[in-house]
Amino acid sequence: MPALKEIEVLIIGGGPAGLCAAAAAADLGAGVLIIERDDKLGGQLVKQTHKFFGSRKQYAGERGYQIGNLLIEQCSTKAKVEVWSGTTALGIYEDGVVTAEKNGQHLKIKPQKIIIATGASEKMITFPNNDMPGIYGAGAVQTLMNVHGIVPGQRVLMIGAGNIGLIVSYQLLQAGVDVAAIIEAAPTIGGYLVHASKIRRAGVPILTSHTIKEAYGGESVEGAIICQLDENWQPIPGSEEDLKVDVICLAVGLSPLTELCFQADCQMNYIPELSGHVPLRNDYLETTRPGLYVAGDVSGVEEASSAMVEGRLAGISAAYSLAYGKDVAPKLQAEALAELSELRAGPAGQKTMQGLKKLMEKGGAGC
Amino acid sequence: MLNKTGIPTTEDLKTVTPSQERLKKGPVAIIECFQKIPCNPCTEACKQGAILPMQDINDLPKMDFDKCNGCGVCLSRCPGLAIFVVDGSYSAEEAMVRIPYEYLPVPQVEEEVVGVDRAGKELGTFKVKRIQSGGPKNKTYTVWLAVPQELAMEVRSIRLGGVRHAG
Repeated sequence: MPALKEIEVLIIGGGPAGLCAAAAAADLGAGVLIIERDDKLGGQLVKQTHKFFGSRKQYAGERGYQIGNLLIEQCSTKAKVEVWSGTTALGIYEDGVVTAEKNGQHLKIKPQKIIIATGASEKMITFPNNDMPGIYGAGAVQTLMNVHGIVPGQRVLMIGAGNIGLIVSYQLLQAGVDVAAIIEAAPTIGGYLVHASKIRRAGVPILTSHTIKEAYGGESVEGAIICQLDENWQPIPGSEEDLKVDVICLAVGLSPLTELCFQADCQMNYIPELSGHVPLRNDYLETTRPGLYVAGDVSGVEEASSAMVEGRLAGISAAYSLAYGKDVAPKLQAEALAELSELRAGPAGQKTMQGLKKLMEKGGAGC
Repeated sequence: MLNKTGIPTTEDLKTVTPSQERLKKGPVAIIECFQKIPCNPCTEACKQGAILPMQDINDLPKMDFDKCNGCGVCLSRCPGLAIFVVDGSYSAEEAMVRIPYEYLPVPQVEEEVVGVDRAGKELGTFKVKRIQSGGPKNKTYTVWLAVPQELAMEVRSIRLGGVRHAG
């Protein structure tokens, strides 16, 4: 390995956004390197056993892991795409050098363009005993079950009725694990209602305006006290219920994984609708640091379908800025932008649309 | 309220239920999709032209019950497992309900299974008449269940292996 690896487009993160970015940039002729922290590409797609929504263009109807395999396959057949797995990006320096770690080795990469597609991390909520064994993030439950084939326990309380809470509940049921209830602090279910109906048919109660008061147990979780919330999100005294469970699974939202954006001195704004601090960028996903693009959840938490389209858009844009695909790139960019608008046009996309509007309006205000 | 419980209301269901007359005529797909989300595989699955193309991918599916022949392709394609096929012409006493199914074990033909409604409430024990595999790629099974006529619009899932305790 050379002391300084030179590459045209460096993609940080090999999930749905990163893989689509790599394929798109390579298709236009750019040399691409993907670095991925995990040993395997695919990001969260590898754990998604349900069929995806969207349209044919985003592989709707296929299951998440199947889409993951397809995207990985697509990249592996492209001579222009190189992959370093097990490689963690450490920093982006002023001179454009990106450092990374692989097998204890310190690596230096000098890219002409960077696409950050690092995804998001899970949020946590506070309640007494929330550090007890048996309390998991939904991502960990999915990794245990769908990557390693291990069930987390016998009976689960799911916290959060967004898409992740609903989907992981379904996967638990499929694995033969009982789900005592899904509780959600908001007055309505946040995830897709078809997912909710599927789980409700299986007999799992979905309790909106409910929260967890505390977990209890000895060496590990033995149960949870839940309670109802009033319209001001305050616990209603006397509404407590005791659920005997050995697992409490938290699916309470995601935060964009933006450390590298901060460090690269991208202008960041706090946009609640996009789930946290996100980098300001133009329509083509280039941040305020020239040559640095973002795609997927790192730019605002959304669905995998839009992450894939954003990845493609960032890949095209990065390659185009290196003078590749001069004849086709503008058309491809327009197509990707149209797909994003289409995906976000309905009520389900309103939050993202508002967030993006706010982000653009804030513009130069900084964080 | 559907968005509080996950259970479609009678009002919701009215908007997607064919007439009694149509139900008696033969198999027909019932699309229990009540929320505008970006999703359109059902429109592409339908070769009969019964599920109308969407102007906007966020539109709710629109169904022409007269064109639907109950083939069930949409049922196996719907990512939300929200499509069922009901055949009210199966016999005088019984209707056939086809249900998408993604649990193990997969029931056997002629096996008696517990039928449940949209809230997971048990409605009785019914006989499985046919099992269709979705194949190695799709993977969703279709369970054909013979149920009393009056439960044709109620039974929406099955439960194997006795009673689950649901809160």
